[in-house]
Amino acid sequence: MTTVTQHAEQLSTTTLLRFATAGSVDDGKSTLVGRLLHDSKSVLTDQLEAVEHASRNRGQEAPDLALLTDGLRAEREQGITIDVAYRYFATPRRRFILADTPGHVQYTRNMVTGASTAELAVVLVDARNGVVEQTRRHAAVAALLRVPHVVLAVNKMDLVDYAEPVFAAIAEEFTAYAASLGVPEITAIPISALAGDNVVEPSAHMDWYGGPTVLEHLETVPVSHDLTACHARFPVQYVIRPQTAEHPDYRGYAGQIAAGAFRVGEAVTVLPSGRTSTIAGIDALGESVDIAWAPQSVTIRLADDIDVSRGDLIAPADDAPAVTQDVEATVCHVADQPLAVGQRVLLKHTTRTVKAIVKDIPSRLTLDDLSQHPAPGRLVANDIGRVVVRTAEPLALDAYADSRRTGSFLLIDPADGTTLTAGMAGEAFAATAPGEETAADDAEWDF
Amino acid sequence: MTTVATVSEGTDNPYALSHLDSLESEAVHIFREVAGEFERPVILFSGGKDSILMLHLALKAFAPAPVPFALLHVDTGHNFPEVLAYRDRTVAEHGLRLHVASVQEYIDAGKLRERPDGTRNPLQTVPLTEAIQEHRFDAVFGGGRRDEEKARAKERVFSLRDEFSQWDPRRQRPELWQLYNGRHAPGEHVRVFPISNWTELDVWQYIEREGIELPAIYFAHEREVFNRSGMWLTAGDWGGPKEGERVETRQVRYRTVGDMSCTGAVDSDATTLDAVITEIAASRLTERGATRADDKMSEAAMEDRKREGYF
Repeated sequence: MTTVTQHAEQLSTTTLLRFATAGSVDDGKSTLVGRLLHDSKSVLTDQLEAVEHASRNRGQEAPDLALLTDGLRAEREQGITIDVAYRYFATPRRRFILADTPGHVQYTRNMVTGASTAELAVVLVDARNGVVEQTRRHAAVAALLRVPHVVLAVNKMDLVDYAEPVFAAIAEEFTAYAASLGVPEITAIPISALAGDNVVEPSAHMDWYGGPTVLEHLETVPVSHDLTACHARFPVQYVIRPQTAEHPDYRGYAGQIAAGAFRVGEAVTVLPSGRTSTIAGIDALGESVDIAWAPQSVTIRLADDIDVSRGDLIAPADDAPAVTQDVEATVCHVADQPLAVGQRVLLKHTTRTVKAIVKDIPSRLTLDDLSQHPAPGRLVANDIGRVVVRTAEPLALDAYADSRRTGSFLLIDPADGTTLTAGMAGEAFAATAPGEETAADDAEWDF
Repeated sequence: MTTVATVSEGTDNPYALSHLDSLESEAVHIFREVAGEFERPVILFSGGKDSILMLHLALKAFAPAPVPFALLHVDTGHNFPEVLAYRDRTVAEHGLRLHVASVQEYIDAGKLRERPDGTRNPLQTVPLTEAIQEHRFDAVFGGGRRDEEKARAKERVFSLRDEFSQWDPRRQRPELWQLYNGRHAPGEHVRVFPISNWTELDVWQYIEREGIELPAIYFAHEREVFNRSGMWLTAGDWGGPKEGERVETRQVRYRTVGDMSCTGAVDSDATTLDAVITEIAASRLTERGATRADDKMSEAAMEDRKREGYF
């Protein structure tokens, strides 16, 4: 391919895919990511030179592609990844934002963070070990966060002689498990990140596999949904009132459409007040439009002069969410300080932050086998659990299953502003999860 | 009546946004969040392309009302004259308020010492921090992008800083969904990076799409330069050329614009945006690797400076 045609393709308009990776240090995740960046020609000369230099200093013979992605000093010293890192690469067909998250147990919160904005998750397993506890945990996180597409990358196929039965057994076991959790779409791909099989280039060693490489799949998976099937939601961020000679009466509600589409002329309800109006105009960053949809940032003008401010939600009059002060949710605890029953917190939902109190923590969930531990009393870092929260003011809250943006919230410590907990309103899993038997609460799996 | 969002070809979904529209929408959302939640936000504005892009996005986010933020420029005293002229023109055109924190004033007052290598970029941290304290800014927009450098790959969109402006990678809050947590104690502030997810190519493509005017030094021009540590630096009063460094006239352009003492030019004949984009798309060197001496100092250089309060 010549530079000129490559350039022409690179400048064409493409879509953007946000995806996340999960896997442990030993599964070769950094190598897979390094391989994706390297083989898609996203690694530039100076970055590669730095990696070669660092590899030589450590006495490694070949450049260690994992070094491309290990950013902070503590990681370089420990050889592990300790946080979510974001990587960027592009092919002529698509732009990618990768949330690269560590996979071991004490970093569940990082995978939850990475998965929260992902349209796709890549779960990595070692072909020699197959589906292990950690794999089930990664599948559960993807299912909890309602990531629409999951890829199972069965890595190190070179170490099992590229044997199809090994891959088939792992793929079958994982698919059955993830499907039982309600993951809507699962694609299994046999790869060797180290040798480069089926990451970017099709493998010469596995002609029994007829599917796409990891990159081909990333390039072709759909990035947007049928918006007509979504409940339209518009959280108001900011009221624009120029009050200038040129615009004496302009009053627009600025925000990013969280779900669905809005049209001029549509009857809408403003929550929590319940006042109604119709959409008089939509300004899409400098241009008037008839229709706008998620995730566009726009300004909506209403026909009536009603009281609307930051924190309100505009929704279709015939499809508005219920307003509630009692929130039941599945949460991931992300802070080092615990969350306890009776604790006073702030709850941030869309553009609205309200005072709240933790009424109950009915159960803690072990992600390895989805067993529930009743009444743990508190949640600590990386715990997944159910909570019941009472808010001081009403919220226009959707079930997370219906809308990731208007069904999610944060619990914040009012004292120092720490983000304590990430919450998903409503039921935890789309399907009835297996293993719902209750285990004794002494099975400490953390650390 | 037209639809703003360009629909990608090859997708069967009429609601798919192009990558530039997605990034623009995200950045506008971030600007509006800060406007809704903070008392005294300010945009760091250097006259470089990333800060020009930020200002353009802010103007779009609040139109037809004016941008509800002031601008802050940390002036190293070694800025390119073309860039300062651009800065002042832009401020006047949009009726903005500009605050300047001057490294030169700190040196003249004996509060900062010139480094032996003459580079002033690391000296910006103290004037920046003190300006934030003095004006009690609680949110400071920076044009940092996560693709620039490995330590930045871990930076949050809302990055909490203590009263010394220090960044502690272990104290950063997890950022989930599009829920940004900007709560902070008095004296602390939040650095906000609306273009975190943009790459260099995205920035240039967007500048071209929007027809944004840039300072002339981003395009190929004849300039007197000399070679230091493999970079073409501009000859000038700031400290070059030294003995043994030979000045020559070359046709160059700048990929990034920082301080004259540490920003290198690249050989180029790209005189238009389109030519610049072609050159970048074909380039095999990252933006900072090619042109920034300050990042080459050590493998952990950026991480260390961020901890101290750098952008």
